[in-house]
Amino acid sequence: MIKIENLHKSFGDHEVLKGISTDIKEKEVIAVIGPSGSGKSTFLRCINMLEKPTSGIIKINNQVVTEKNINKIRQNVGMVFQHFHLFPHKTVLENLIYAPINVKNVSKVEAVKTAEDLLRKVGLYEKRNEYPNRLSGGQKQRVAIARALAMNPTVMLFDEPTSALDPEMVKEVLEVMKDLAESGMTMIIVTHEMGFAREVADRILFLEDGKLIEDSSPEQFFTTPRTERAKEFLEKVL
Amino acid sequence: MNLNVFDFAAIVPSIPYILAGIGVTLQIVVSATILGLVLGILLAICKIGKFADLRWIAQFYTSVFRGTPLVLQLMIVYFAIPQIFGINIEALPAAILAFGLNSGAYISEIIRAGINAIDKGQMEASQALGIPYAKTMKDIILPQAMKNILPSLMNEFITLNKESAIVTVIGGLDIMRRAYIVGGDTFKYLEPLMFAGLIYYVMTLVLSFLGKRLEVRMSRSD
Repeated sequence: MIKIENLHKSFGDHEVLKGISTDIKEKEVIAVIGPSGSGKSTFLRCINMLEKPTSGIIKINNQVVTEKNINKIRQNVGMVFQHFHLFPHKTVLENLIYAPINVKNVSKVEAVKTAEDLLRKVGLYEKRNEYPNRLSGGQKQRVAIARALAMNPTVMLFDEPTSALDPEMVKEVLEVMKDLAESGMTMIIVTHEMGFAREVADRILFLEDGKLIEDSSPEQFFTTPRTERAKEFLEKVL
Repeated sequence: MNLNVFDFAAIVPSIPYILAGIGVTLQIVVSATILGLVLGILLAICKIGKFADLRWIAQFYTSVFRGTPLVLQLMIVYFAIPQIFGINIEALPAAILAFGLNSGAYISEIIRAGINAIDKGQMEASQALGIPYAKTMKDIILPQAMKNILPSLMNEFITLNKESAIVTVIGGLDIMRRAYIVGGDTFKYLEPLMFAGLIYYVMTLVLSFLGKRLEVRMSRSD
């Protein structure tokens, strides 16, 4: 459902992505891992054009992503950020219903109902009338996931969703993501949580210096990595 | 020091006349602020936008209005509009127009700084949800920016409230002008001018108080 062909991205003279191609099937859960500076986040941000690719083609649901149709496509591509980026001037519930009402023209009654169901799912129904600043990091990230899901997306992008959390809050967020994976959501997750990647992902993409150098099952990647560079990386992080 | 020079009794009959100027002053200041705010938002959006022409126009506008005296701008509006368009303009609308155009330049700088201070993650989160640029600005970015810049905006409002006194030069019947007229009538300038000063001072205190109240109300989400 997502097809990426020869994706290049440069910031000035610095080439961050050096030609990445891959296909992602429906319901697949992909973990993107690699050393810092390898281009993982840039890769993810190119998929929904938060970074404009220098060259290459991205197709989502058989549609080539362009600057013209990007707003339409983004409605089906949820994104969760490292630093949550909830709207601080809106309550939890308002954070969830704003985009469905204003972008998809969902009625307010329906949007509230969907939002409340999602908040129950992530265990934060009681917090629906709180402002984000009253929530812990883990709670904020669960709200951010619910906000993305409120648009009823077909794919979810996660950009290091647990990297800004205190250690004791990582688990609650990973649990929510695991449930989501089990419910059949297509997910692309940039993460440093190796245990989670191994347990939940169907495929591991290992990026190094802007190139996709391994594309394999978690089992194979974590037991018998093919490249020297992946071996070194795993020795350092495991 | 001779305190007998004060003769406030002589201006007592004129007090209602001077007080009536509060309405005129407020009318000018409130209307000019609204005009300035609308203009300021538009200019600020031009300044941060991607169209080089609009950026340039907005910056040039700001530099002209900040680089020339307000009293000059006021007199140009009052005397030049009839000359160019052949229509007469009353002192009050001329003042509103001149002060509005002027404070638009200052407010646009305040708003531009306020927008730039918002974490760019807010824009990205909004874009990622497919929210169009205009709605992102109106509902996500500007409300947050407005909250942060409220003290500066209030300050601009208070400054304008005092500076509006220069409408006297084109004959607008505000607090200042009325005090001056009473001075001319009674041959006592000190008392009415001091009374006018007291009115401006009290107005400033009240506006500052209201500004603080508004700030507290808007910080609900902190």
